[in-house]
Amino acid sequence: MKKKSFNLFYIPALLLVLFFVAYPFANAFYISLHKWNGYSADMTFVGIKNYVRMFTDAGFYRTLGNTMVYGFASTVLNGILGLALAVFLNHDFPGRDLVRTIVYLPVLISNLIMGYVMYFIFQYDHGALNDLLALFGAGPVDWLSDKTSAVIIITLVNVWQFVGNSMIIFMAGLQGIPRYYYEAAALDRASAWQKFTYITWPLLLPSTASAIVLNLIGGLKLYELIVALTGGGPAKGSHSLSTLIANEYFSSEKAGYAAALGIFSFLFIMVVANAANGYFRRKEQELS
Amino acid sequence: MKKKKSRDNIVSWILSAFLCLVYLFPFYIILMLSFKPKTDLRSRLALPDSLYLDHYIAVLKNGQILLAIKNNVIIIIGSLLVIVVVGSLAAYPLARVQSKWNEWIRKVFMGIMMITPLTVLVGVYSILSRIGAISTYWGIILILSTFGVPMSVYLYANFIATIPVELDEAAAIDGAGHLATFFHVILPQLKPVTVTVIIMQGVNIWNNYLFTHYVLQKKTMFTVTQVVSGYFSTTSSDYGGAAAVAVIGMLPVVVLYLCLQKYFVQGAMDSAVK
Repeated sequence: MKKKSFNLFYIPALLLVLFFVAYPFANAFYISLHKWNGYSADMTFVGIKNYVRMFTDAGFYRTLGNTMVYGFASTVLNGILGLALAVFLNHDFPGRDLVRTIVYLPVLISNLIMGYVMYFIFQYDHGALNDLLALFGAGPVDWLSDKTSAVIIITLVNVWQFVGNSMIIFMAGLQGIPRYYYEAAALDRASAWQKFTYITWPLLLPSTASAIVLNLIGGLKLYELIVALTGGGPAKGSHSLSTLIANEYFSSEKAGYAAALGIFSFLFIMVVANAANGYFRRKEQELS
Repeated sequence: MKKKKSRDNIVSWILSAFLCLVYLFPFYIILMLSFKPKTDLRSRLALPDSLYLDHYIAVLKNGQILLAIKNNVIIIIGSLLVIVVVGSLAAYPLARVQSKWNEWIRKVFMGIMMITPLTVLVGVYSILSRIGAISTYWGIILILSTFGVPMSVYLYANFIATIPVELDEAAAIDGAGHLATFFHVILPQLKPVTVTVIIMQGVNIWNNYLFTHYVLQKKTMFTVTQVVSGYFSTTSSDYGGAAAVAVIGMLPVVVLYLCLQKYFVQGAMDSAVK
């Protein structure tokens, strides 16, 4: 086939990417080498100073730590709970479809709106969780006033909202495993655990891979939920890289530093996602 | 055997009841808040004394949320048109030709999915303001389409790869060019994957906040998430109004999901498994 005319098919997509991704990305890199407040004409070239500042700033490391919790802890919990839910809701019992529907529902709702709803639950004054504790004569607890508990709550809410996604991915994988594998194993008197480790788990590898990569990228980019629940507080203690970028840019007017954080965030996510992808590709080749 | 089955069901139901409790609790709380007067200071868990509709009436009278829903619909239709056309066009050669160049294109699209929108926000903003696209439908449509295209290219490419290449070849023998083949042979077969793209990207666009928040600055252009966020941050004491507007903002997606569940679940499965 004529290859040249085939390449014309890419033009609309590449134009969009050029104007709204490539140019802005190059622009961000340019800004990251300058000292700039974000709006004035006054822009001074400072070289890699913003990057140096980043790697010597304690706040940056705390934010990076939080981002890793949001990315990695969410991914692990989503994987385990998603698989458990998929196995549970893949076996037949009356009412199963209703439970599936309910667990998947929050996936479709705006992360921001869900964050606001959750605020009514974790709020100190009259939050639903404290009202619930009061029924047992306990509390009230100021859930979001402590850095560690704020980060944990954000992570758990993120898992609560999106575990339905992992569940669906694993369910699709489970339904792709031929039944007769299990029937053959049953003939060999394999235990339920053996069936899981020798049949289910290895054959689910592609699903595990996509669930993990998807959750990693989503968790490391986490933004709206934090905006709604804590705004990055208390004392900047629950920021992710994304919310810190917005904070440095719009509140602190440190556009150069914010841009450097942005470039770092992209490189970090790319390295992590590529490492995960590569690992699973090798694993899949080993098994096949 | 029968006894074992019924015991199994009971265990399943207990687990299910727990799951439903954990999953419906936040929705219950927000509904209760929206149906209770401001003066009701009892526990958030309590049911309202009577069906109190004033929050909803006030929110609807204000009209902002209805305007926002209209804006959302316009933006979704525009963006989906671009995403479907641009995405399926780019996916066709990607699925058919194995080359270094195509490998590179694939990497670019994958890379875009890993960019935090915040990294490029400033550049996006500056280019949009230079072409006069701030607070316009077409401006936000272009941006949301750009970030929706990579996922749709990926879905379309996977799907087109399952269409027998012999069909293309037959069309080529009949003298059809690539474009004619695409429109007459490939496009008509893309219906199922297009449904997936529309659902997945439609939900994403409906829920977008990051770009709409910075690109749509005129109040009359606000989308649903912007209006909900406005209620939460400015009317800090009016929790009832904020709750009501959040419920209205969630409703369209929830209703569509409950009606078209099969397609939503199929879409989620298709977009995950390679």
